[in-house]
Amino acid sequence: PRPAPRADETLAQIPPPRPPMAAAASTMLESLPAPLLRALRLKTKQQELLLRVSALALIYVLAFAVRLFSVLRYESMIHEFDPYFNYRTTLYLTEHGYSEFWNWFDHESWYPLGRVVGGTLFPGLMVTAALLHRLLRALSLAVHIREVCVLTAPFFAANTTLVAYAFGREIWDSGAGLVAAALIAVCPGYISRSVAGSYDNEGVAIFALLLTFYLFVRAVNTGSLAWSLAAAFGYFYMVSAWGGYVFIINLLPLYVLVLLVTGRYSQRLYVAYNCTYVLGMLLGMQIRFVGFQHVQSGEHMAAMGVFFLLQVFFFLDWVKYMLNDVKLFKSFLRITLTCVISVGTLALGIGTASGYISPWTGRFYSLLDPTYAKDHIPIIASVSEHQPTAWSSFMFDFHILLFLFPAGLYFCFKRLSDATIFIVMYGLTSMYFAGVMVRLILVAAPAVCLISAIAVSATIKNLTTLIRSKSKSPQTTGKTTGSKAAAKGAVDQPLPFQHNVAVALLLGAFYLLSRYAIHCTWVTSEAYSSPSIVLSARGHNGGRVIFDDYREAYYWLRQNTPTDAKIMSWWDYGYQITAMGNRTVIVDNNTWNNTHIATVGRAMSSYEDEAYEIMQSLDVNYVLVVFGGVTGYSSDDINKFLWMVRIGGGVFPVIKEPDYLVNGEYRVDKGASPKMLNCLMYKLCYYRFGELTTEYGKPPGYDRVRGVEIGNKDIKLEYLEEAFTTSNWIVRIYKVKPPKNRS
Amino acid sequence: QVDLTSHIVRVLTSLKVENAGSEPVSKVLLAFPNIQAKNLAAIRAFGTEGKVKGLSSVLPIEVVEPSGVPPELTFFSASLHKPLQKGKILHLDVLTVFTHFLQPFPEEITQADSQLVVFQDSSHYLSPYPVKVQTLSIRLPGGRVESYTKYGNTKLVDSELKYGPYEDVPPFSYNPIIVHFENNNPFAVAKELIREIEISHWGNVQITEHYNIVHGGARLKGEFSRLDYQSRPYARGVSSFRHLIARLPARAHSIYYRDEIGNISTSHLWSDSKKTQLEIEPRFPLFGGWQTTFTIGYGLPLQDFVFSADGKRFLNITFGSPMEEILIEKLIVKVVLPEGSKDIDVSAPFPTNQWQEVVPHWTIDN
Repeated sequence: PRPAPRADETLAQIPPPRPPMAAAASTMLESLPAPLLRALRLKTKQQELLLRVSALALIYVLAFAVRLFSVLRYESMIHEFDPYFNYRTTLYLTEHGYSEFWNWFDHESWYPLGRVVGGTLFPGLMVTAALLHRLLRALSLAVHIREVCVLTAPFFAANTTLVAYAFGREIWDSGAGLVAAALIAVCPGYISRSVAGSYDNEGVAIFALLLTFYLFVRAVNTGSLAWSLAAAFGYFYMVSAWGGYVFIINLLPLYVLVLLVTGRYSQRLYVAYNCTYVLGMLLGMQIRFVGFQHVQSGEHMAAMGVFFLLQVFFFLDWVKYMLNDVKLFKSFLRITLTCVISVGTLALGIGTASGYISPWTGRFYSLLDPTYAKDHIPIIASVSEHQPTAWSSFMFDFHILLFLFPAGLYFCFKRLSDATIFIVMYGLTSMYFAGVMVRLILVAAPAVCLISAIAVSATIKNLTTLIRSKSKSPQTTGKTTGSKAAAKGAVDQPLPFQHNVAVALLLGAFYLLSRYAIHCTWVTSEAYSSPSIVLSARGHNGGRVIFDDYREAYYWLRQNTPTDAKIMSWWDYGYQITAMGNRTVIVDNNTWNNTHIATVGRAMSSYEDEAYEIMQSLDVNYVLVVFGGVTGYSSDDINKFLWMVRIGGGVFPVIKEPDYLVNGEYRVDKGASPKMLNCLMYKLCYYRFGELTTEYGKPPGYDRVRGVEIGNKDIKLEYLEEAFTTSNWIVRIYKVKPPKNRS
Repeated sequence: QVDLTSHIVRVLTSLKVENAGSEPVSKVLLAFPNIQAKNLAAIRAFGTEGKVKGLSSVLPIEVVEPSGVPPELTFFSASLHKPLQKGKILHLDVLTVFTHFLQPFPEEITQADSQLVVFQDSSHYLSPYPVKVQTLSIRLPGGRVESYTKYGNTKLVDSELKYGPYEDVPPFSYNPIIVHFENNNPFAVAKELIREIEISHWGNVQITEHYNIVHGGARLKGEFSRLDYQSRPYARGVSSFRHLIARLPARAHSIYYRDEIGNISTSHLWSDSKKTQLEIEPRFPLFGGWQTTFTIGYGLPLQDFVFSADGKRFLNITFGSPMEEILIEKLIVKVVLPEGSKDIDVSAPFPTNQWQEVVPHWTIDN
């Protein structure tokens, strides 16, 4: 065999961009016995490739494995609320086929309206899971669709790390890519939505989002039609998967606009944007739920405007080139610009006035103006994940990334290119949205990871360069390293402890990163791996106590009520009742009809006889309430009750919030308002609760969530009767009695 | 002797049969009213000839329709191994098991009530032959006895009700009795049980059982109050049951218990060298008329159940459910054999409907 060049020599001269893990591994490789080492000796490039691939593979496995806490601790089950709907639809898709799914009219929800499911959902997630399921079946692995659904999010999270690597390499270098992949693999902001069992649109959408961005940046960098086409398909997948695609369709034109303004317009940009936009728009129209929104809704108009602007820009460029006369061109420019702007404004004005272009939706407004939802759309404001983000949750979800993010921005500005401008814009806009709504931390997570990765990678590279140049060839610092480092070296030359300081800083960086890893694992295991269907608590003897009340109640509904029974509950539980209880609900988590929800809110906050009339008009057979007073489970219906009042009152002015408050205070004890003490929700929650002793040394009827003794202990139900209460009283189901016979 | 302690009625009839005719007899006829015959789940006859009780042998039984008998009766005939000579005596033990025999009355009860059931039978042994001496004893589960038909020689001692002795009862005599008593034992009825026995030559027999269980007793009327059920479970909710016990083979492993929406965490398992006992608790207590479904599954070592001889392999496995005191209305047993199995032959101790399917694997369904 041909003698290979000695690896350590080459390493000393040109330190290859390697992540810390790779460095550690290479020392391990060098400590192997000599004959074995000779046999294994690879060229530096091959060595680097090997390390990179194995590091990436490890990251891939890590990203998947870290999300499995919930499966190990509980079981392979679907979490939360929305995933149950997704699971139910996926089940339907696998059982009935695609065209049935497309035409599915679901009469089990929104009784008596029903819901056209095929036309009102993003099918990307379900189709993905169904295809994976079919693939596994074809490989003769007899897996249940539930397992596929449970593991879809971790699988796509693992894929996201690959995209992050590629993206990082595209905007900085492969070292930054590897760091980005490692950071995003365990970033809590992303894990919160992608643990096993959280079978939600976001699980695949973040992958699609990052993929689209990567492909687009790649297309801008190369100006290649193929990459733009790929970006269009990535965009299509994103449109099919999540409503958050609106972010892409607004960020891309904004980016193009910034490039135009900063004079970075190029032929590559023109090709990339036009191809991606036109094809992406056409493909996006194929999704029934999106339909013609790309040309008809206000949210998508920015992209179209920029598209036309690009054409004008290109045209002007061409005219300038052809005219070769500055004066003539200036007047031409003036005329064209006036024409274009007036035509554009006119078109937009006519479109909006004639109703062809729909105005911005409430959700969009509430993103731009955080206070909008609070004043106008209580149903959006009532959801906890739509609240503005607190600092603590930023810290919780990003940890050190929060400090690395500005550092990364600094590095990006130092080496401005089309790609870094993109990532900076992505980072800044998504950070803003993350501040508006808690759940959008998810969108910011990839950007924050990428930018932080640039900071980490660049810093470590500088430090290692410093250490290497000091130890190996202290004289030739200026020659071998880049001019930047040379300048730094020249400045730092008089400092005597430069080498030691660099080592200390490097150790500090490692310490920070390891803290990050520990924090992420802790957060994942403690905070984000609970299915919220099964609650667990620590018993007094340290053992785990499981409260499986939700499934107990849903299964009771499934088994012991007539199949056509209609269940009324607050909308939070709608998806779960239809998926697990298999019964018809009045309202569910797809909050498309505010009036219907307000009707339920009104029934819950009325006196029993008024509520009975409402329930009769909706054919309600059973009423389900969630009550935490016995166990101390705080997200129960009594705590949500003010939102029911607000939403009900928003449509039916009969319901007035002050009626339920005493001096602006919400209370359930003796001092509560009479309306509160006698409304349906109060009665259903506290029915016969007054006879129960919940805690030693407290009077009977002591509510452990509110920490008070309830005010109305003698509750009589006239039109309803208790049908079932779960073992820990968390779910209570009441049967609506049939109307009395007239004698 | 009638055992009414659970919801399954077990009747053990000890007969001393004498051939009073001249011809040797090879068959003994057993008669049941049609209403009872409809609910007959199993009948088994053991015969011993001679005075001494020796080794008894199982007699084959078949349904017959002799001529000149009332049409309200169904007849079974037990064929003797060798004909009974004139004047000889045969000891015949007939074990019959009836289901759905006990009628809950009243049919609807509240949570606080205990369940009362009605048992109807004849105090005379219904037989096509004249009976010389006969007694009837009924074992009750204890607790309250609401009422029972009183004849001259009827005694109720503790929880045992005795009729008779009656002497020289003519053939086909029917003397109706009604017993109305409290029975709070679990009326667990499996509407359908599907057992899947999957044989893998990797060394495992995987058994999956899908239950659909309903409480077959008196239906619950009115409210179900968790408060009452929690605070005084024996007084309020006495007619309900909340757990079932399954006795699995000793070397059962990888046992799971789940339903359509996930794992059910309320189950306990004990095992020793003789058996594995699994106590499962459905998600909610079952009151009258309530139902639930669940699945249990377990693996068994292959060598305990599959034997090979003459180049063939035999699977010897129990047909029924491992659950205690459960009534199965419809049982489907699926045996999934390894791919490529051939010459499939099934032997079961009673008639079954069988069919074969080829769905991904060879499958025999009984």
